[in-house]
Amino acid sequence: MTDAVNILATSSSPRHAAESRFRLYGVIAIIISLGFLFVMVGSIAIRGTGAFQQSFVNIAVPLPAEKIDPKGTADPQVIRKSRFGGILKSALREMFPEAKSRKDKRQLYKLVSATAEYSLRDHVVANPDLVGTTASVWVRASSDIDMYLKGNIDGTLDESQRRVSDLQLAWAAELQSKGRIEKRFNTQFFTGGDSREPEQAGILGAVTGSALSLLVCFLLSFPIGVLAAVYLEEFASKGRINRLIEVNINNLAAVPSIVFGLLGLAIFLNVFGLPRSTPLVGGMVLALMTLPTIIIASRASLRAVPPSIREAAFGLGASKVQATFHHVVPLAMPGMLTGSIIGMAQALGETAPLLMIGMVAFIVDIPGGITEAATALPVQIFLWADSPERGFLEKTSAAIMVLLGFLILMNLIAIILRRRLEIRW
Amino acid sequence: MSIRTTILALTATAAAVAATSTTAIARDQINIVGSSTVFPFATAVAERFGKNTDFKTPVVESTGSGGGLKLFCAGIGENTPDITNASRRIKSSEVELCGKNGIKEIVEVKVGYDGIVLANSRSSDVMKLSRKDIFTALAKDVPVDGKLVANPYTTWNQVNSALPNVKIEVLGPPPTSGTRDAFVELAMEGGCKKFDMIAAMKKSDSKGYKAVCHSIREDGAFVEAGENDNLIVQKLEANPAAFGIFGYSFLDQNSDKVQGSEIEGNLPTFEKIADGDYPVSRSLYFYVKKAHIGVIPGIEAYLAEFTSEDAAGEDGYLAEKGLIPMTEDEATKVNAAVANLTPLSM
Repeated sequence: MTDAVNILATSSSPRHAAESRFRLYGVIAIIISLGFLFVMVGSIAIRGTGAFQQSFVNIAVPLPAEKIDPKGTADPQVIRKSRFGGILKSALREMFPEAKSRKDKRQLYKLVSATAEYSLRDHVVANPDLVGTTASVWVRASSDIDMYLKGNIDGTLDESQRRVSDLQLAWAAELQSKGRIEKRFNTQFFTGGDSREPEQAGILGAVTGSALSLLVCFLLSFPIGVLAAVYLEEFASKGRINRLIEVNINNLAAVPSIVFGLLGLAIFLNVFGLPRSTPLVGGMVLALMTLPTIIIASRASLRAVPPSIREAAFGLGASKVQATFHHVVPLAMPGMLTGSIIGMAQALGETAPLLMIGMVAFIVDIPGGITEAATALPVQIFLWADSPERGFLEKTSAAIMVLLGFLILMNLIAIILRRRLEIRW
Repeated sequence: MSIRTTILALTATAAAVAATSTTAIARDQINIVGSSTVFPFATAVAERFGKNTDFKTPVVESTGSGGGLKLFCAGIGENTPDITNASRRIKSSEVELCGKNGIKEIVEVKVGYDGIVLANSRSSDVMKLSRKDIFTALAKDVPVDGKLVANPYTTWNQVNSALPNVKIEVLGPPPTSGTRDAFVELAMEGGCKKFDMIAAMKKSDSKGYKAVCHSIREDGAFVEAGENDNLIVQKLEANPAAFGIFGYSFLDQNSDKVQGSEIEGNLPTFEKIADGDYPVSRSLYFYVKKAHIGVIPGIEAYLAEFTSEDAAGEDGYLAEKGLIPMTEDEATKVNAAVANLTPLSM
């Protein structure tokens, strides 16, 4: 008796030490992984938040009627064709008459975005009564000026080492002191398509492309995946063939996504002749990729429905189809949906398969349908990360934030669905 | 939730897919593929073109020069691209492939030049190199005492005593990159030829000559840093001893962080590359399928936009993006060829 107590007493302290050591390792592992996550999200957030703001410059633009609309037609077609680039440049020269030489003038024009003439044009087309007056217009500052104002270009460096010249710094300071520079919320980032000018670039085109691809992907993979799972689980005989199919589906789920891209290129584009760079083909390729995930998740949730449900249905005289579709599938549906949403979230983050089917492309127009050229969000991030302009650095991080936002949202929906609808047996 | 609705939904989707696959949609948007080096310039033109004209903005894909030409030469028709960008000239084998697939007439348009720079961090000194130094530092095999041996040099001052005593560490693009091809051809081969022994090989053993001049060392002194030039710039910033190889436009955008090395006494500046004094620069092109002009709307207008003074001129917006424009004489010649749509003859 005392011996046993003694043994316990002497051996318990090293066992306790082992346990607390193990706990410590666990805590350290968690701290390290949280640390990585924190560094990643933190650096993206710090870099990316700048992109949600954009500097605007106020310019007094004389809009002479004889240059824009000499006949006074107020016809948008006539106004559109006018040379607003020249009008904007002469307005800038009037504001800063000290820019005399060709070189200085070029620097002056670079204060505002290269796309400013188009926003001026659209502004005048929308307000034709401005013609003949001097309009006070806010246009986007060029990316270089914007970067300087946000502190991403160091104005104290030697002039040769920065893209903003001393003259431009002086002009920017003058504009700032007159209240003619303002930082505003960058709505263009959420409502515009891609652009080669960082200050003009937006993600709506990519978001729309992703949404259309996912729609096609869901419409194809969900019904096919669910029906395949129902057949395999409820109807097929559990023989060797069934097991072979199961092993193959599990293998397919682990195939690198680029393989599906190559398959899409070979079959959808080359054999079927479907249009390149479109969400239709993108969605089909992504559907191939998500199918195994959906089948596996659907089979698991069908298996989780207790046999008593089926037997009760059979007992009341239901046929196999009735028992399956009236009782088993509705009960398994929350699990199937959760699996599909997680599969979709995976598909949303894919770039590799889209590379092969031409969705890694510069596309300005926002796609209006599944047969129009489009890119996807992760592709847009890839393209911006590869661009030389400094302004795209913050755009890249901001786009990553948007993508992460969508992923979190989708996973959240999956969790809520599971919590709300899933029945525990 | 009946089975009937599910089946209906399925057949509807299948029908929709089938319908889109059988009825070919007339394409009204220019389709451009090709080089990732020309990509930033082609996209800038495409965007302006879309804003200035009533045509749709062209779709520009970045597939690499070789990949682009392969797609381009696949045939004539709406499913094939209209234009391909290239950071090198089309090869005769590619012209043959095109010809075999029915593409008899290709219009070649030279766009301008791109300098390839060897750059390091601003916190170090500017290197003064010759192409011979570059070859000696980066080649797989170098001649020592009349014999080819595996590159024994580990520091720059072993290569050339005038250079600093710094470990050789160069970050560059992988072999799939057009920048790498051009660097090997212009900088490495340019330096390689300076050795009499190798120059003599050119006649006697042209294959061996190419192998020697075009092979970059694989012992860790040259690091393949991927296709993303921004990444190389960031790595240079973190490691002042390292050098990076990338296009001029990235140097231009990051002049606060990195500086180009002098090659044969010339710094990689806009002027020096435009004059042709800076030795490591290449021509950029794009190729147009003549059979598509007039079928796909807007191709001629796109050509006009690309070659306009506003775009490709000395003060044009492409120069602003880092493209080195052609001399005036050259530009006039190219513009004339574009206006007449003179087909390429090799």
